[in-house]
Amino acid sequence: MRVAVQSSIQQRHRPKMRDFDYAAPATLQEAVTLFSRHNGAARALAGGTDLIDHVRTGRVTPDVVIDVKRIPELNRLEITPDGLRLGAAVPCWRIYESAEIRESYPALVDACSIIGGIQIQSRASVGGNLCNSGPAADTIPALIAHSAVCVIVGPEGEREVPVEQFCTGPGRNVLQPGEILVEMKLPAPPPRSGSHYRRFIPRNEMDIAVVGVGAAVTLDESGTSLVCGRIAVGAVAPTPLDAVDASNLLAGAPVDDETFQKAAAAARAIAVPIDDMRGTRDYRVHLTGVLTERVLREAVSRAQQAAGA
Amino acid sequence: MSKKQVVTATINGREETFLCEPRQTLLEVLRDVLRMTGTKEGCSNGNCGACTVMLNGRPVDSCLVLAVECENAELETVEGLAAGDQLTPVQNAFLEGAALQCGVCTPGFLVSATALLRENPEPTEHDVRWYLAGNLCRCTGYDKIVRAVLDAAERRRNAETV
Ligand SMILES: Cc1cc2nc3c(=O)[nH]c(=O)nc-3n(C[C@H](O)[C@H](O)[C@H](O)COP(=O)(O)OP(=O)(O)OC[C@H]3O[C@@H](n4cnc5c(N)ncnc54)[C@H](O)[C@@H]3O)c2cc1C
Ligand code: FES
Ligand code: FES
Repeated sequence: MRVAVQSSIQQRHRPKMRDFDYAAPATLQEAVTLFSRHNGAARALAGGTDLIDHVRTGRVTPDVVIDVKRIPELNRLEITPDGLRLGAAVPCWRIYESAEIRESYPALVDACSIIGGIQIQSRASVGGNLCNSGPAADTIPALIAHSAVCVIVGPEGEREVPVEQFCTGPGRNVLQPGEILVEMKLPAPPPRSGSHYRRFIPRNEMDIAVVGVGAAVTLDESGTSLVCGRIAVGAVAPTPLDAVDASNLLAGAPVDDETFQKAAAAARAIAVPIDDMRGTRDYRVHLTGVLTERVLREAVSRAQQAAGA
Repeated sequence: MSKKQVVTATINGREETFLCEPRQTLLEVLRDVLRMTGTKEGCSNGNCGACTVMLNGRPVDSCLVLAVECENAELETVEGLAAGDQLTPVQNAFLEGAALQCGVCTPGFLVSATALLRENPEPTEHDVRWYLAGNLCRCTGYDKIVRAVLDAAERRRNAETV
């Protein structure tokens, strides 16, 4: 063993990050106490792939950084008869490496497999992606398609919020000072279900979605009609959108091109995107339709495979 | 200023204890405190992969890890790949295939490529390109890097270790 101390010569080039204290509570109770004690001046650290850069660039200015990765509830990854319990701090790789999750929640797996590169996926959590509340966050349309519910705890106790109501604006969400996200609960998909998430980016990987679409569908026994489906769209509004009208069109509809086209038109109708270097408003609206059709086709094809298996 | 913390971690198989501020990244501590300058700093925001190290067996960008998070962690850096003068198949393949020019990206690529081959000893070209997407290189155009990793996979299968 050797003990090292910082040498003063070596540190002169790099500007230092804002100073903060660090705590790594081992229980949820301890974490809740810490967060309420620091009332708003503390920030949760999961994978740190957003937070550390945000502290460095001064976008957030916490006095205390609370590492939530040691809390068992936030690390839970369990399939129960009711569905998936996904701890808020579970990193992407643990999700896509689970065969059970790949089978039942493929849209979530699609999203986790394209966040950043492998180094980011080793650390980035779905909970962090959700709490960062970016309009283009890849896991959120997938979570909406899977009808996830967020479990939040704070000084007042526990509450549940459907994921489509979690984000309230770019970088904003329903968490109140002192509250943390504990887990997401994803209901078990009925038999003959399939899902998919896909985004459009100009590169093959390592980019921010120009548009992202998630969908989950359930087929009837004949496999020729849809029992129900749910579509969500990212990067076309201040928050990811639950495409309610498009989803309602799917219930009872035949599995054919016309159904996919109608749903795509309904998804396009709710897109209110911005113009930026990744694409114009018109381009994003157009892409919303194209991706919705493609994603539905793939979700249906996965549901057919599930039915055949 | 926040109190410095004592952190103990295993780095390249050896137990190390260091003092750091909570705001120091693992990259800063490796380079400035432990003087292990093999790990490079490129962007410091998670985009370039020059700072890639293994944390508990997974490749991570050390610029996006706080050093205080590493209490009891197992770390492996580029310095830990070779056993003395004995280079690994990945290192030999990079050298012999001229898979580097300025070399700043190389430590990160070596660590990521090693992680890939441990996980997937027989990657396709697509697998290699996908897995290494978090490592950027301004010089080589990637082709020689990809070929070196495929060559390393072959060398490993032909019995060189790791
Ligand atoms: C190179 C790079 C590429 C990226 N690519 C993508 C991409 O393709 N798609 C994409 O969507 N994102 C991408 N991101 C963004 C980022 O990786 C994701 O948003 C990631 O999921 C964040 O998770 P985390 O665990 O790292 O969160 P952290 O950085 O730890 O936290 C993010 C935010 O949420 C808060 N928070 C975290 N956990 C909790 C909790 N349990 N309760 C309350 N608040 C909490 C934190 O305080 C912080 O404000 C990329 C980032 C980088 C650096
Ligand atoms: S220096 Fe860490 S990813 Fe570029
Ligand atoms: S060799 Fe120069 S950046 Fe890759």
